[in-house]
Amino acid sequence: MSRYAAPGTADAVMSYQSRYDHWIGGAYTPPAGGQYFENPSPVNGQPFTEIARGTAADVEAALDAAHAAAPGWAATSAGERALVLNRIADRMEENLERLAVAESWENGKPVRETLAADLPLAVDHFRYFAGAIRAQEGTLSEIDPDTVAYHFHEPLGVVAQIIPWNFPLLMATWKLAPALAAGNAVVLKPAEQTPASIHYWMSLIADLLPPGVINIVNGFGAEAGKPLASSARVAKVAFTGETTTGRLIMQYASENLKPVTLELGGKSPNIFFDDVSAEQDDFLDKALEGFTMFALNQGEVCTCPSRALIQRGHYRDFLDAAVARTEQIVQGNPLDTETMIGAQASNDQLEKILAYLDIGAQEGAKVLTGGARAELDGELAGGYYVRPTILEGANHMRVFQEEIFGPVVAVTGFDDYADAMKIANDTLYGLGAGVWTRDGSTAYRAGRAIQAGRVWTNCYHAYPAHAAFGGYKQSGIGRENHRMMLAHYQQTKNLLVSYSPKKLGFF
Amino acid sequence: MSRVELTDAAGELLARLTALHGPLMFHQSGGCCDGSSPMCYPRGDFRTGASDVLLGELTAPGVPEPVRFWMSASQYAYWSHTHLTVDVVPGRGGGFSVEAPEGVRFLIRSRLLTDEELRTLEAEDNPEDNPGDEQGEASRTDRAAPSTGPRPD
Repeated sequence: MSRYAAPGTADAVMSYQSRYDHWIGGAYTPPAGGQYFENPSPVNGQPFTEIARGTAADVEAALDAAHAAAPGWAATSAGERALVLNRIADRMEENLERLAVAESWENGKPVRETLAADLPLAVDHFRYFAGAIRAQEGTLSEIDPDTVAYHFHEPLGVVAQIIPWNFPLLMATWKLAPALAAGNAVVLKPAEQTPASIHYWMSLIADLLPPGVINIVNGFGAEAGKPLASSARVAKVAFTGETTTGRLIMQYASENLKPVTLELGGKSPNIFFDDVSAEQDDFLDKALEGFTMFALNQGEVCTCPSRALIQRGHYRDFLDAAVARTEQIVQGNPLDTETMIGAQASNDQLEKILAYLDIGAQEGAKVLTGGARAELDGELAGGYYVRPTILEGANHMRVFQEEIFGPVVAVTGFDDYADAMKIANDTLYGLGAGVWTRDGSTAYRAGRAIQAGRVWTNCYHAYPAHAAFGGYKQSGIGRENHRMMLAHYQQTKNLLVSYSPKKLGFF
Repeated sequence: MSRVELTDAAGELLARLTALHGPLMFHQSGGCCDGSSPMCYPRGDFRTGASDVLLGELTAPGVPEPVRFWMSASQYAYWSHTHLTVDVVPGRGGGFSVEAPEGVRFLIRSRLLTDEELRTLEAEDNPEDNPGDEQGEASRTDRAAPSTGPRPD
C-alpha cells in the first residue's frame, strides 16, 4: 500500500496554483468581471484553489483568440498536427503520476483508477488521433472520363466544447484530440465542479501548441456556458451532460444553424444469462467483476451498468456472489493506491444519491448491501462518500429508470432471452449495455437487439480509442472516439472539376 | 392537490433568484452528470413543447409570478406515481441552472402518491371524465401519456 501526499503538501508529486484565470490566446487572463469562485476537493470538502468566474465578455475574448489562431492551425499539415498530438501524449506520459494525482484530488476518484485508466487512456487517445489524421484520405469519384469529384476534409473552424466533471481530463481529451487533429481551434469550458485539473494539464503542454488553438474559459453554465453555446461565432458545440441542458444547447444551436454532438447519459443494463454460472472458472470471476463495475468511478459514469438483469436459473447464487464481491470493495482515501472507491464529486451529487436511496426504499426496493452514506473520519470527515449499494426490485421503479450517477446498481431477474431484451430496452436511454454469456449466438443476438450504442460483450467499461461511443434514444446525438469522430469536426469540400474543353450546348 | 411543491428554503432561494433574473421556470432533467435534478431558467429561456408536461405552478413569498415546473412526457411516464418536492442543498454547478453561482443546487425529493391522491389528481387532470371511474391501482404503474397537456412557457 502506498499513499500519495495531498497536492500542495510536503512530498506531494504535484501542486495546484492558488488561483487559475482563463487561458486565452496562450496566456492567463483575469476575468472581466473580476470575480473568482472556490474549488473544493471532494476528498475532504476543503477548497484548494480559486477559479476565474467567466462571463460573456471572457467568452468573447476567447473566441477572438480562437478565430485569430484557427486559420494558421488549419493550414498546418496533418503531419505537423499529428506531431503536436504525439508530443502532448509524450508529455502526459512523462507526467502521468502527477496528472493522476491532480485528477484524483480534483474529482475524488481513486488514484488507482486515474493511474491505470483515465490517464493512460487519454495518452492513447492523443496518439490514436495523431495516427488517424495522417491515415485519413479524401476521396475522388470519376464521374466520366472528363469529370472528377474530389472530396477534401476541411476543419470547421472554431468549436465550443463543454466538458463534464466525471472524467475531467479524459472527457476533455475525447473532445480535444479529434478537434485538434482535424485542424480546429477550440474554446473549452470545464465543468465548474472540476475546473482545475485541465489547467494543470495545460501548464505541462502549453509550449507545444500555438497560442489560441486551445482556450479555456472557466465558470458556471448559466454565466459562461450559455454565451459559449449560444454564440454565432462557433461552428459546432460538443456537450456531455444531461437531457435538459442537451435540449437547451440544441435550441441555441438551432438559432445559429450549427451542428451539435451530445452525450447525455443512460441507464445501462448489464445482462447475465444462466450459463455464466455453468462453471466455477475465470469467466465467472470476470462476470462478477463485470457486475461490480457499477462502482467504478463511484458510479459517476454515463455508461454505469446501473441495472443488472440476472436470469432466474442462477439468480440467487450469482447475486449472492455479487453481493460478496461488492462488499470487498475498499473505500477510503482516493490517494491511497489500495482504495477502489473514493468520494462523489460534489455535495449536491451526494445529496441526489441519498434522495434516490430514499425513493428506492419507498418503492419497495430491497437493500442487499450498502444503502447509506459512508461516514469516514479523520482527514476524510468532510468528504462526500457513499457505500456501494445493491438494490433489488423491478424495472418500473424510479431507481431502475433514472440515472443516479452514484455507486448504486438496481437488480432484477428475467426468465428468458425475450424477457431480457424487453427489460433491457424498457428505458428512455440507450448508451451502454453489457451482455454476459458463454454462448456466442446468444451474445450476438442480444448485442444486436439491445437499443444502445455500445454493447460490451463479456466485458464492461473498456474504452479503447478506436471503438465508437455514443447513444441511441435519449442518450444523445453523434459519436465520440474512433476515426469516425473526425467527421464531427470536419466539413466536406467537394471540388467538381471538368477537364473537357467542350461546352455543354445549352447556351 | 399538487404533484410538485417547494420547501421553504427552495421558496426563499426562488425569491432571491427572481430578484436577480426575473420570472423563472423549472425543467426536470434526466441523464448523466447533473441530470435527475431540476434545472431553473429565466422563464422562456428553455422552450417547452408538445413533448413536455406541466406538473404544476409553484408559488412562494416574494415570487410575484408562479414558477412553472415542466418535465418531458417520456420521463413523466416513469415518474407519474410520485410526488415531488423541490429542495435546495449546498452544491457546486448544474448545467445552465441559474442557482449554481450562488453555491447551492436545487434537488428533488420524492414520495409515493397514495391511491387517494392519485384518484384526486386524475380527476383534476381529466375534468371531463367520470370522477367515479376509479383507476387508482392501475395508475400506480400506468405508462399512459399524462393528461396535463403542454402549454408554451
